[in-house]
Amino acid sequence: MTDKPILRVSNLSVDFPMHKSVLHAVKDVSFDLHRGETLCVVGESGSGKSVTARAILQLVAKPGVITSGQINLASESGEIDIVALGNSGPAIRQIRGRRIAMIFQEPMTSLSPVHTIGHQIVETILLHEKISKEEARKRAAALLDRVRIPNPEAALDRYSFEFSGGMRQRAMIAMALSCNPEILIADEPTTALDVTTQAEILSLIRELQRDRGMAVLFITHDMGVVAQIADRVMVMFRGEKVEEANVFDLFARPQQAYTRALLGSVLKLETPAPRPTRPVAETPIAQINDLALHFPLNPGFFGRPTAYLKAIDGISLTINEGETVGVVGESGSGKTTLGRTLLRVYTPTDGQVNYRRGDGTTVDIASLGKAGMKSLYGEVRMIFQDPHSSLNPRMTIYQIISEPLRTNTDMSEHQMMDRVQELLTRVGLPADIGDRYPHAFSGGQRQRISIARAIAVRPRLIIADEPTSALDVSLRHQVLDLMRDLQSEFGLSYLFISHDISVIRYFCDRVAVMKNGRIVEIGDVAQICERPEHEYTRTLISAVPRPDPRLRADAPA
Amino acid sequence: MTLEKPFNEDDLLDQQINAGQLQAAGQWAMVWNKFRKHRLAVVALFVVGFIYFVALFAEFLAPYDPGKFDPRYTFAPPQGIGLFVDDGAGGSHFQPHVTGFDIVLNPTSFRREFTPDPSQVIPIGFFVAGQTYKMWGLFETNLHFIGPLDPSQPMFLVGADRLGRDLLSRTIHGTRISMSIGLVGVGLSLLIGMILGGISGYRGGMIDRVIQRVIEFIRSVPTIPLWLGLAAAMPKDWPPLQVYFSILVILSLIGWTEIARVVRGRFLSLRTDDFVIAARLDGVSEFRLIMRHMMPSLYSHIIAAITLAIPNMILAETSLSFLGLGLQPPIVSWGVLLQDTQNLRAITQAPWLFVPGICVVVAVLSLNFLGDGVRDAADPYAK
Amino acid sequence: MLFFILKRIAGMIPAMLAISVLAFVVIQLPPGDYVSTYAAQIAQSGERVDSAVLESLRQRYGLGENVVVQYFKWIGGIARGDFGDSFEWRQPVTELIWGRMGMTALISLCTLVLMWAFSLPIGIYSAARQYSVTDYLSTAFAFLAMATPNFLLAIVLLYITTMWFGVSVGGLFSPAFENAPWSLAKLWDFITHAWVPIFVLGTAGTASLIRIMRANLLDELHKPYVEAGRAKGLPEARLILTYPTRVALNPFISTVGWVLPALISGELIVSTVLNLPTAGPLLLQALKSQDMYLAGAFILLSGGLVLIGTLVSDILLAISDPRIRLS
Repeated sequence: MTDKPILRVSNLSVDFPMHKSVLHAVKDVSFDLHRGETLCVVGESGSGKSVTARAILQLVAKPGVITSGQINLASESGEIDIVALGNSGPAIRQIRGRRIAMIFQEPMTSLSPVHTIGHQIVETILLHEKISKEEARKRAAALLDRVRIPNPEAALDRYSFEFSGGMRQRAMIAMALSCNPEILIADEPTTALDVTTQAEILSLIRELQRDRGMAVLFITHDMGVVAQIADRVMVMFRGEKVEEANVFDLFARPQQAYTRALLGSVLKLETPAPRPTRPVAETPIAQINDLALHFPLNPGFFGRPTAYLKAIDGISLTINEGETVGVVGESGSGKTTLGRTLLRVYTPTDGQVNYRRGDGTTVDIASLGKAGMKSLYGEVRMIFQDPHSSLNPRMTIYQIISEPLRTNTDMSEHQMMDRVQELLTRVGLPADIGDRYPHAFSGGQRQRISIARAIAVRPRLIIADEPTSALDVSLRHQVLDLMRDLQSEFGLSYLFISHDISVIRYFCDRVAVMKNGRIVEIGDVAQICERPEHEYTRTLISAVPRPDPRLRADAPA
Repeated sequence: MTLEKPFNEDDLLDQQINAGQLQAAGQWAMVWNKFRKHRLAVVALFVVGFIYFVALFAEFLAPYDPGKFDPRYTFAPPQGIGLFVDDGAGGSHFQPHVTGFDIVLNPTSFRREFTPDPSQVIPIGFFVAGQTYKMWGLFETNLHFIGPLDPSQPMFLVGADRLGRDLLSRTIHGTRISMSIGLVGVGLSLLIGMILGGISGYRGGMIDRVIQRVIEFIRSVPTIPLWLGLAAAMPKDWPPLQVYFSILVILSLIGWTEIARVVRGRFLSLRTDDFVIAARLDGVSEFRLIMRHMMPSLYSHIIAAITLAIPNMILAETSLSFLGLGLQPPIVSWGVLLQDTQNLRAITQAPWLFVPGICVVVAVLSLNFLGDGVRDAADPYAK
Repeated sequence: MLFFILKRIAGMIPAMLAISVLAFVVIQLPPGDYVSTYAAQIAQSGERVDSAVLESLRQRYGLGENVVVQYFKWIGGIARGDFGDSFEWRQPVTELIWGRMGMTALISLCTLVLMWAFSLPIGIYSAARQYSVTDYLSTAFAFLAMATPNFLLAIVLLYITTMWFGVSVGGLFSPAFENAPWSLAKLWDFITHAWVPIFVLGTAGTASLIRIMRANLLDELHKPYVEAGRAKGLPEARLILTYPTRVALNPFISTVGWVLPALISGELIVSTVLNLPTAGPLLLQALKSQDMYLAGAFILLSGGLVLIGTLVSDILLAISDPRIRLS
């Protein structure tokens, strides 16, 4: 790559004036982008990576302003400084969409809901090129065909809400490519997609880039994605560029402490955590037999439902004492519904959940009455995915954690106070935060509070519904390690629900793979991850981007 | 904007936890904090507070009884307040006063023509003795906030009406009726709205669908004809208090839908909120779940809905009474007072009859600003 | 589409029935039945009461039978175009009502159209230039307009025109045109008169529609598809007008559902103040003298007017929003 870069960003700074202070979202960032290469900008939330990408198209949202720096785009007549063009006017519009195009994170909302796909693509073409409407439409159809949308002619006249997320992102890509841009900026284009769809979109972007010799600036937080598609990588942290390197060098020899820490927490999840050896004779704590939950669809005012949504469609699964069973699946597979049905948030339409209580008796949760369930809430607990919505913002930490104590034990207020302090210390938080409200805490801290609530009464089985997916990667293993420690301390069993196979591999003993409300395969974690038997499991596992660029086809020997 | 997030949050934990009182701020502190930023709403809060203060102490604040009439002063214009009185020797001394009138009967129009006569000085003062009244119907007193030192002298700070009644006193008493109709009417609507909206949102299903249809239907009926129809059906010989309460009931029968809508919407979304499910899985009883976990998220929204519903009630009462189908004299409400403006001749002669109208606009305006501010601040946790 | 419209019309039937029941309840509410009131009325005016006439009236309205029968007699009559008689006017209600109801519908429609014509651009501009002087001005206007009862506005307008210009602005026609057939001259006369009630009626509604359009558009302006449109090089004005405005228009269209009832309510009061030959003054008079068949017919018809308006807005919405049309 000795040629002149197509885009040179030098000393870029972007500020967001806040209520009383100024937030420096991007601080003095410089980098080059060459023709035909993929530069990945990687960082956690708040690193300024998205703002950097938007600055290149002068799309920084209000009240953000580019305070200094240059963004030079190579052109026939020398270089154009995009910063000097300002954020409106014909000069910048000549570049947007035509020379530099962008695709976004949310395929669901990045296309207008009230215009056809065809209208939006044709509009882009006509905006930048003087051709007839028919020609533009022909080209739009060809583009849809190119991004492998079936039946492209008909697809032109359809609306975005008639397509799935993956198809929408394809349409978005087709729109971005409609004027043959030299640079494509992709802002987390696959984050909102399922892993198998992500794999398809990534390979599509890579393929299109090779065909057209485009430069791609790819924004992501996922080291696996970086390892798979980047030529070069730029790491950002709190608005600053930390490190920039060739992808192979970066993974092999990270230079900066932050990069090492980031890679470390990613790679830590790659190897399963050490776990206690399981006893030979297992005692099941919960046996799920043929569990089913069917929601009626479109019930009329009085009418009978005509169809059913089979959220769970005959699931059998055993959780043994002290065991961690993972449930993995893509969105819509029914995994979250399964977790909630086990605690009767939903009442199953069929099947049993035979739970062996602490006193040795067995009850069927599926058919248990209200009073019966009440006695179980202390033993079977749940940890939720989103720590922001699972803690009542109007209650103090003490009130939140003491609530299960209040209803399941007969502790005095004083005893509860002591117990809450003890729990807070146990989950690694200061003991004196009981009178504060959840909004005072970050995501990771909140998830610790959720865990404290879950273990407040001596639980035996915890259903953890994606407890780490709302957290940045550097926090995930911290939370998982805490859960692991608590498991050995209290002899807990976990049903661990996740879409992320690497977290499952790190944390679970056995795993069940779910698809469309059914379990397609179940087995030991190592076996499922390394020798999957079912076709779907194989696709799922191979679709997960591994954070190791050496696994790539184009890796140097 | 959550651009900043700690990389290793344990480092930042102590620092963050000691960062200020906001961290320990409860719901109301958060709401107040956000509300305060809405300057107009804060001003509106003071105005509304003042109006209710006037309503509460109407008897004391009004110089006269609202029914006291004096045909001599038909449509007497407002008198200005002077502070110093000429003592005739070139000097002057401090004495708040109003100026008396020279009254001439115009022989062609048969109207009384008032010209201020500076020689008639009517001293006025604060906390003066005047007509006796029963404060809140409890104890008798004759103390008035403001009035002429000699109760037999005229004082019309904003003018007099057709029967020579003091418009200021009438407007102040009207404030009590109009503002209380708003408040009590909303209270009644709140009761219906909370119950039906709550059931609708919490239970869902068939009951929800039925209640929704009813609400949709009521909202699609033009309210005034219906109100009028109901009001017209009231027997004409009912005592004023009964009329007052019937009007209240009629207004709230239709006014509850908006509150029910808000309550239902919140319940519906709360029902599936993770923290409510979490509380249910803590084994919390149904009653405690609603009262302790769901209701607190509702209070601020309900206050906003109430604040925005009061002005509608006031406008409705005013309109009904204005048309002569709401409250009837001798009850004094802003709407009743505005009946006088229907006569074009009267208002050309006495434009101060619009004063109750100004009160309506100010009250509704500030309640709307206040409600807007509360609504914006109602969910301080939203991003 | 045709199926959609038919479905909506079928959906209106229960609402229409409910309104008719409501109107009937209002008719029934005053103490005493219609014929005795009628008899008392005639007796009062000193005429002789013909008991045979009274008996035939009782027969006709089913008085003395149970309420359900009375309701069906009444509604059955309406189905044949017979709304009963007004005892105050001694005329069939039908003869009194259609012309006036037509005027009400006309005024309401004109106001509705003008409200949209003003509030749409102002709302869009206010949102696109949030916190600009225009935005503040339109917001201030909106709040003030929403706080002023429209009868008060009407009176103030009357007062101002009388005091300052020496003309009164009541009525819809000059006396010369009142009973004349429609012509261009009469139309012009109508316009010169009708702007007053339309202005008075439309002010509060325009204000709330501006607020709604502004809020809707502000919600949309930060959606990703707007940024995507900007990223493909669309000029700002065209971007806002073709994308977020199009989406924000949909909830705006559905406001007809409550704007129309409010308009008809307002029209009633304003027309009383301004003395317009519309349904308002007649209804008020009917209510005051408990001329209940006339009042009931007005309530029924104004409800029907709202239903028709809502139907039209539903159809417009389906045309405008593919999400509704295609689901």
